Amino acid sequence: MKYRLLYFASLRDRSGCDAETVESAAADPRALFAEVASRHGWSLPMERLRVAINGAFCGWETALRDGDEIVFIPPVSGG
Amino acid sequence: MSDFALQDSAVDSAAWSQRLASRTAGACVTFEGWVRDHNDGRAVQRLSYQAYAPLALAEGEAILADARRRFAIEQAYCVHRVGDLAIGDLAVWVGVSAGHRGPAFEACRFIIDEIKLRVPIWKNEFYADGESGWLHPDGSSVGG
Repeated sequence: MKYRLLYFASLRDRSGCDAETVESAAADPRALFAEVASRHGWSLPMERLRVAINGAFCGWETALRDGDEIVFIPPVSGG
Repeated sequence: MSDFALQDSAVDSAAWSQRLASRTAGACVTFEGWVRDHNDGRAVQRLSYQAYAPLALAEGEAILADARRRFAIEQAYCVHRVGDLAIGDLAVWVGVSAGHRGPAFEACRFIIDEIKLRVPIWKNEFYADGESGWLHPDGSSVGG
């Protein structure tokens, strides 16, 4: 399936891009994170992140659908 | 004009305060977060905010709705900067009006605390020694 990934903060710096479209067999965000984190050499562990699909927070086991926009959310620091 | 806003230009806090005006409100509490010239023992020269806008806006509106449910207030608004900021710039503004001061103070505190906790906005600090780093609070600061 094809997914759209958006990157922010340190994950964007590590990836060297703010977005990419990936072809993946990953069925949920947990599997997709493992693939992408390893390819980009991210060091933030999944336990410290949240994940959003199509603009809403969701669980790591949520079933992904072709064309979904997925964002891995690092710990926030607004305010 | 929505109740929670992200903006990449200077915040007009007087205009936002004007939206709080009400004949039935006896209290108005506002909070301003400013860019400080140091953090954690390091000299800070400037900073930059990034936001995942669609989710940040939804989350910000949800926090304001929570505040209206939990406290006896009339209005609550918040605006958060994104992009590059200088020392002394206003980074975030929160304003609450209420019949009485108690709920106004409590709601204002609640809103800024929840924003720092939940809204997908990230701060990149640029230090005097030339380094910079995204803050990811709860232990490790700079990394990815």
